[in-house]
Amino acid sequence: MEAVLAVIIGILFAAAIYMLLRRSIVKLVIGLMLLSNAANLLVFVTAGLERAAPPLVPRGLSAPATPVADPLPQALVLTAIVISFGVLSFAVVLVRRAWELVRTDDLDHMQDTDR
Amino acid sequence: MQLALLTGFVMAALVPLLHRWIGARTALLLAALPAAIFIWLMTQWSALAAGEVLVLEQAWVPALDVNLTFRVDGLAWLFAMLISGIGVLVLVYTAGYLRGHVDLPRFLVVFIAFMMSMLGLVLADNLVTLFVFWELTSITSYLLIGFRHTDPLARQSALQSLMVTAGGGLALLAGFVLLAQAGDSWSLAELATRGEAIRDHALYLPLLVGVLIGAFTKSAQFPFHFWLPNAMVAPTPVSAYLHSATMVKAGIYLMARLHPALGGSATWTLVLGLVGGMTMLVGAVMALRQTNLKLMLAYSTVMALGTMTLLLGVGTRAAVAACLVFLLAHALYKGALFLVAGILDVMTGTLDITTMGGLRRVLPWTAPTAAVAALSLAGLPPMLGFVAKEALFDALLEIGPWGWVALVAATTAAGLTLAVAAIVAIRPFFGPLRDTPRRPRGTPPALLVGPALLAALSLLTGVAPGLFDELVTITLAGLGMPGERVHLVPWHGFGGPLALSFAGLVLGLLVFRAWDRLRDGLVVGLEPLVARGPEVWHSAMGWRTLQLAAWQTRVLQNGHIRTYLVTTLLAWLALVGHALVVRHGALSWPVSAWQAHEVMVAGLMAAGAMTACVMRSRLAAVAALGSMGFSIALTFVLFSAPDLAITQLLVETLTVVLLALVLFRLPHFTVLSSPLERLRDLGVAVLVGGLITTLMLAVLGSERLPRISDYMVANGQPLGHGHNLVNVILVDFRALDTLGEVIVLALAASGVYAMLCFRAEEAGHG
Repeated sequence: MEAVLAVIIGILFAAAIYMLLRRSIVKLVIGLMLLSNAANLLVFVTAGLERAAPPLVPRGLSAPATPVADPLPQALVLTAIVISFGVLSFAVVLVRRAWELVRTDDLDHMQDTDR
Repeated sequence: MQLALLTGFVMAALVPLLHRWIGARTALLLAALPAAIFIWLMTQWSALAAGEVLVLEQAWVPALDVNLTFRVDGLAWLFAMLISGIGVLVLVYTAGYLRGHVDLPRFLVVFIAFMMSMLGLVLADNLVTLFVFWELTSITSYLLIGFRHTDPLARQSALQSLMVTAGGGLALLAGFVLLAQAGDSWSLAELATRGEAIRDHALYLPLLVGVLIGAFTKSAQFPFHFWLPNAMVAPTPVSAYLHSATMVKAGIYLMARLHPALGGSATWTLVLGLVGGMTMLVGAVMALRQTNLKLMLAYSTVMALGTMTLLLGVGTRAAVAACLVFLLAHALYKGALFLVAGILDVMTGTLDITTMGGLRRVLPWTAPTAAVAALSLAGLPPMLGFVAKEALFDALLEIGPWGWVALVAATTAAGLTLAVAAIVAIRPFFGPLRDTPRRPRGTPPALLVGPALLAALSLLTGVAPGLFDELVTITLAGLGMPGERVHLVPWHGFGGPLALSFAGLVLGLLVFRAWDRLRDGLVVGLEPLVARGPEVWHSAMGWRTLQLAAWQTRVLQNGHIRTYLVTTLLAWLALVGHALVVRHGALSWPVSAWQAHEVMVAGLMAAGAMTACVMRSRLAAVAALGSMGFSIALTFVLFSAPDLAITQLLVETLTVVLLALVLFRLPHFTVLSSPLERLRDLGVAVLVGGLITTLMLAVLGSERLPRISDYMVANGQPLGHGHNLVNVILVDFRALDTLGEVIVLALAASGVYAMLCFRAEEAGHG
């Protein structure tokens, strides 16, 4: 299954890069979302997949009796999901604000406002 | 000694404060610093004369083999004496020259810093330390040349000198690193004992080129000589001190210091001989082209520096001895002459030698000072300049056929220099008194002490050059040329050198008589050469560099995020792809079981992502993104990550709500780029995606390393007292990460809030 997901993650990355290269700033934000999801999955899958073995310690034991999924990448990805949500909401409001001020979502036109 | 240097730098920093308390007398007070160093050096003389070498060790960066060790041997002592001794005189002179100048404190700060750097340079035993001081002298010289910073010419000249000397400094650094490799040491003293190994080393040629470019740029050797005359826009004390007596001699010092390590090869002799000889002639001829007194003196300094380089290139014991005497003589008379030029400038308000005349009547003390110093410059007895010139001819007579070529050049240069000396000593002071922009009055003693003392020393040491016998002998021994005591005499007797001196005298007098006509000829005749000279090349090179920088900025930094992204991605693709192919070799496809429903969820994910890319409708794009997000959450569920699934579901829901709220206030998607651009972007995107997949397969197929998580799994409950291991990691093992995450969220939230409030406020005002 890891191999299948590797291909899927490649597709997600490709989609993200394609969107990041657009001129519309809204599409750029969509690219950002795709990219963070792809990166999260990458970390998760590369650590190895386990079926039906969540990293929980049964009551009364000090360690899981059977092998469990790796908890560390899960913790890292969890942090990443939350942070990318923070970044996304900031970006979205920023785009909204930029639209109000310059009335365009074309990055090439926005650049003209510096001059 | 290290302490003395550090004190110097600290004192430099304290100058503005000091100046506030005691005003213009600061310069005189500061003169006590070099005076103390001078006296200390004097007390070391007896030890030095007994053949000892004073070593002051001090670690600085031991891990990098860099130390602040100072070694006081003959050569270092000689230079340190010149630096501190002339430093005292120039500081006293400055007190008169720049009296009442608003920027006097700034001048003194840089001047003292320069003096300390120069002392560090000649005393350092470590290549890195020497280089640091070397660069410090370049920078302080830059600041001093640009002292009158409101004058565009001063700024330009300062920048030019910095470009030339600091550019040479880069070559020098490279040369030093190679030298340390070839000689297997950073210590100059140790390198001096490994000359043969260094000369036979494969790196000898490149390291020699690097070191020599550094020395040539600093010592204004042809074709890098042009910055020195331009540096004459600096205040006169600077010209006298940096650009004639001390800093420009740093290159000579370096070549002399490295002579035991690098000298003696055919390349060394050829390069130094050619460059030195060329510089000598160019300097002598160009000096006669000038009417500005300081420029004339500057070109004659170029000539003197060329002579010293030539002598070091010859490299016999007699030649190096002659170089040392020449160095001393030059420092004394040229320091005096520059200070005299400064007096004339202050008194008459001009430096144009053709507009002055008859000043001996109004400047009764300056005229004899100038005459005595000029006699030494001319190389006439009974001055030290004469002793030096005779030693030069003697050394050149010793060395076979090539010596004859050098002799002809040296005699010509000596003749032309004699003419320069005659012009400098006679034109301003004799003949009828002429009107000058300012009416000369009596010269303040502060201005006169320095030049008079230096001129008197030229005379004294010319009459009794035997004073230097011991010093020259010791210095030569320190440079790996021990031998019998050198014997300097004021009068050499009749012979080859005297005949050459006489030939030079005749030539010089002829040139002096015909100077006015000759100068016009030189100005017109040499113009085409000067117009295509190294200075023009240098500025053209600088201009081209700027153009190149502007061009590459236009291309690479064009303000389009796409360009940056594509450049970065292509570079990443090339580097990582290359490493993957070369290092990793064949990929093994990780074999693992898969089930139909898992593949379906994964397929949904990919379909969502691709749909989001192609949808024209914003709603459809958001929906596609949502379906992708929920499939990811489902994947987390399928592969034992319940916490991730919950978080993903929550965040995904919020994201969709947020996008739905905001995106619909934005314009509709429109097609902005051409099909070709889209195809190009698609190509880049597919390549990146492909490489990511390949990388992941490579990682998955490789061996598992021992994991940190094993520790966390084993200790989560006993140490963290939690049953959900992910939670334990978040709030216990990696709690700081979580704290950071909270901070990021808070920042994002306050940013969002600020932007929304700002809008409301604006609307309120509107």
